[in-house]
Amino acid sequence: MVSVSASTNHADENASRAAKSAEAILVVNDIVKHFETPDGVLTAVDHVTFDVKPGEFVGVIGPSGCGKSTLFNIIGGLLDGYEGRVSVGGETVTGPHPAIGMIFQEESTFPWRTVIDNVAFPLEIAGMPKAQRLEKARHFVALVGLSGFENRYPSELSGGMRQRVSLARTLASEPKILLMDEPFASLDEQTRLLLGDKVLQIQQELKQTTLLITHNITEAVQLADRILVMTYRPGRLKRTVEIKLPRPRSSEIVSSEDFGRYVAQIWSDLREEASRGMKDDESHLLHAGEYHS
Amino acid sequence: MTLAALRKGQVFPLVVGIGTLVIIFVAIEALIRINVINRYIVPMPSQILGAFERVIVEEEIPARFWLTFKEALIASTMITIVGISIGVLLFRVNLLRRACETWVAAMASAPTVLMYPLFLVIFGRSMWTIIMMGFVAGLPPVILKTIEGFLGTRRVLINVGKSFNLTSRQLFIKIMFPAALPTIFVGVRLGLIFTLINIVGVEFLINFGGLGQLINDLAERYDLPGTYAAICFVILVSVCFFVFTERVEKWLRPAD
Repeated sequence: MVSVSASTNHADENASRAAKSAEAILVVNDIVKHFETPDGVLTAVDHVTFDVKPGEFVGVIGPSGCGKSTLFNIIGGLLDGYEGRVSVGGETVTGPHPAIGMIFQEESTFPWRTVIDNVAFPLEIAGMPKAQRLEKARHFVALVGLSGFENRYPSELSGGMRQRVSLARTLASEPKILLMDEPFASLDEQTRLLLGDKVLQIQQELKQTTLLITHNITEAVQLADRILVMTYRPGRLKRTVEIKLPRPRSSEIVSSEDFGRYVAQIWSDLREEASRGMKDDESHLLHAGEYHS
Repeated sequence: MTLAALRKGQVFPLVVGIGTLVIIFVAIEALIRINVINRYIVPMPSQILGAFERVIVEEEIPARFWLTFKEALIASTMITIVGISIGVLLFRVNLLRRACETWVAAMASAPTVLMYPLFLVIFGRSMWTIIMMGFVAGLPPVILKTIEGFLGTRRVLINVGKSFNLTSRQLFIKIMFPAALPTIFVGVRLGLIFTLINIVGVEFLINFGGLGQLINDLAERYDLPGTYAAICFVILVSVCFFVFTERVEKWLRPAD
């Protein structure tokens, strides 16, 4: 059965939040981010608060333009000038934090490095001796299922394989938290499901704390223990959905009845937001058209 | 890939390239022989081929080739080092870039070869006048393409570097420079073309020596087969530099 938790009592909520924060590895507390635009000040993220416990897989889902990527950049320490606080293990994030490993939406392998050299990159930066770093990199290449491709260049690999190289490279830095921003967005559905399997398998093996930012409901339900649904602009947390599907999971779960229920439940939350986003885009285009004509 | 296919992949383009050249030469030869092309303006390819031995023996080709090659080597080393350095400086200092980029672009299209009297006054009738003329002509494309290369570095690669806590120096050396290299090499190749044209052109103009002077001499003697044979040696210098830059680029960016 689908279980949706939406707290109503603020006092209870605050008390439970304080208790949860104490055991959380990542705490995102009351984040607000504004951008100056030609049309005025735009609030991209509005009072977003949540936390992630060690070993937990949390998904953040929302329609395009809800501030997901802004949130990703804030948590990853790539964006400043916001209100609120992000902390990792009690330590405030003021810039890129060594405990956070990031995987980006765009293809981000280094085209001038082979697979093994890409994966060994963070170890090279850390000053690890060559033999040792190559050995360690080989382990992570094997973990993402790319053994045999160590000496290939990214241009010789498929899109899915390149994303696995990025995943292995980030994992090689042994981050406490894996932060992923729509990592499979550019891939086809089948590859996306199979890569989801790979991520689940790795998460199971490494007990890796993961925060996945996505707009894909299937992907979020397949992978996450908990899904935070965001509203369209300004991005606020609308609802938290606990995914009580059994673990270990695989892509086979997408055909189960419970999976379908979760997808339907999240879509009913998202539909209104996505429609708002679409209307907003159309209105912008209409005004732009009027302006040009 | 089978060995035969590999051979076919490597050999076929070479055969087609040489074959096309031979067909063009045969066609020109035929057109001259049937008087469609005036033989007093364009010599027959067979005459040019026959002139090679004479030009090599009588016109001191090895010494001239070496002089032009040496001038081109010094000038191209200078445009690479100075051009990339200025490009990096203009990339890093935004105000300087906005102030100077248009001027550098204007300099790229200016006929700098006409400045040779000024360089003659500064450096005298020496190899350095020729080198500096080649340097000035080849510098702008290297600067412009270096700026373009760094500005074109994909944001996500920089973010990857930042997420791994790279210092700005590491970010520059480990990510931005390798990412910009293909564009920088386009600039270096363009710079080489301008440098070589100017070097041979100024050798021709100031009658100092090298292959440019030889072309001038032979043209004034109306030795057209010899003139074209000398031009072939200039092309050989150009080929040497292009093969060299290609090798260096392949060494630095083996994936491309």
